[in-house]
Amino acid sequence: MSLDTATVRRIAALARIRLEAAEVERMQTELNDILGWIEQLQAVDTAGVEPMAGAGAVALRMREDVVTDGGIAPRVLANAPDREGEYFGVPKVVE
Amino acid sequence: MHPTDFTLAGAAEALHEGLISSVELTQAHLDAIAALNPRLNAFLAVTAEAALREAAASDARRKRGEARPLEGLPIANKDLFCTEGVATTAASRILAGFIPPYESTVTAQLRRDGAVFLGKLNCDEFAMGSSNTTSAFGPVENPWRRGNDPDARLVPGGSSGGSAAAVAARLALAATATDTGGSIRQPAAFCGIAGIKPTYGRCSRFGIVAFASSLDQAGPVARTVEDCAVLLRSMAGFDPKDSTSADVPVPDFARACGRGVKGLRIGVPREYRLDGTPPEIAALWEQGLQWLRAEGAETVEISLPHTKYALPTYYIVAPAEASSNLARYDGVRFGLRETAAGSDLRDLYERTRAAGFGAEVKRRILIGTYVLSAGYYDAYYLQAQKIRALIKRDFDEAFGRVDAIVTPATPSAAFGMDEKQDDPVTMYLNDVFTVTANLAGLPGLAVPAGLDHQGLPLGLQVIGRAFDEETVFAVGGAIERAANFRALPAIRAGVG
Repeated sequence: MSLDTATVRRIAALARIRLEAAEVERMQTELNDILGWIEQLQAVDTAGVEPMAGAGAVALRMREDVVTDGGIAPRVLANAPDREGEYFGVPKVVE
Repeated sequence: MHPTDFTLAGAAEALHEGLISSVELTQAHLDAIAALNPRLNAFLAVTAEAALREAAASDARRKRGEARPLEGLPIANKDLFCTEGVATTAASRILAGFIPPYESTVTAQLRRDGAVFLGKLNCDEFAMGSSNTTSAFGPVENPWRRGNDPDARLVPGGSSGGSAAAVAARLALAATATDTGGSIRQPAAFCGIAGIKPTYGRCSRFGIVAFASSLDQAGPVARTVEDCAVLLRSMAGFDPKDSTSADVPVPDFARACGRGVKGLRIGVPREYRLDGTPPEIAALWEQGLQWLRAEGAETVEISLPHTKYALPTYYIVAPAEASSNLARYDGVRFGLRETAAGSDLRDLYERTRAAGFGAEVKRRILIGTYVLSAGYYDAYYLQAQKIRALIKRDFDEAFGRVDAIVTPATPSAAFGMDEKQDDPVTMYLNDVFTVTANLAGLPGLAVPAGLDHQGLPLGLQVIGRAFDEETVFAVGGAIERAANFRALPAIRAGVG
């Protein structure tokens, strides 16, 4: 399966990464090389195999449903590029 | 003896006997960094003042008779570990200006046990790479030289290239590192030192910049197997702040290093005999097995039939998880923000991520986004997760017959900085022997075992059962004693 330039642009948009026109073709070649190489996995018989999501314990631990953190807005905001009061600042979203 | 030549355990003993102070030991390492780091680029930040302050406090504490396990030992941290109040970059422009308001569990435990931190170590950007050439802050140079081509600048491996280069060149007694597909073991092998990726869940991932969460594990690199064992004991342990942290006791790993291998069954996987592997790597592997047989182990040929699918499986699973993990870099909450006149929120995201991520990180995010996208999820991601289960099953069956598995650590010695850079897939093949342990969640240790014809170090890898690092250390210790690896890198502290 080979990605065309429209698909490369669509994936980049999904990933929220701006690609300049000049970058699209090079990225297309590199992604197709990688996808061509992983294509070999389609030949493996996995009928009846349960997918493995992680390498740790099968079931995650449960814990008490209690507040363990919070009330540290100044520390949470300390690295924000822009802030207004106790909020992160972003360009206007709603007119 | 130059103070930077101590092993971690040796320095601990010298401090205990009063032969040297932590301030002297720390100053010697800071001097070595000042002299050699401009060339090696292993450190991204040196916290000299804090280190000397900690060292002085440590010496005072020792005088009071309150020395802790790592008291006064100067080490350094891969810049993937969040350190409170000290910039943490993951070697990426996108984390520009980020000062963590909290400490990673692993580094907090090292501090708890008395370690002195020299600074933060370079790595591949977001730990994505096998040569440390994807760092936004320039490549790290391997302190080793080819005997027949001494002018060629070599890579230290990656992604923990700064950690391995710093320890090999004696700029730190030992270092923390992380390993998602081989990022501890491959650079350790390239730099002639030891390094262990422990069992998944052994070390908390809390406060480590995430790459692929089901594969990422922290571990130490150091100049001896015992030093790795000493450091791992402090790094490991249950942490409620990581939902995949294993609630199991942490043994005294160092005791296992001298245990010997008598009666152990050592698996030799036939699928790791690859076409195109240099004959000297095959010969070193056979030599390693002979050493173990001479110490009373039995070697057994085993089969891990899905080995050849491990790398392509990894290059679906890891980018998929990375594309999800790296969604947090949005230019809003921390790090870089890029906008143009009239940017809306979406444009802010897209410009920030375009400017902040390097080429390899972008490639992996796009691959991950694609394999998780509607219509392709089953064919790529689900299929990869099933093959991952088959790879783990291969190991489960093998460990019914053997106690540990021994393989080469890498398919080559360190290569030149300008080599293997044209094609991503060629670079990915570096991890062919290491990536299986990440997919299966198993511990893997790289031990320096010999030199190639160019005088560059080569390592062997020991893989063990989940949570059986002790057998891994026992086998690694036996290989280390038999190999008696004494060669030194050309660039190192205390020379010239």
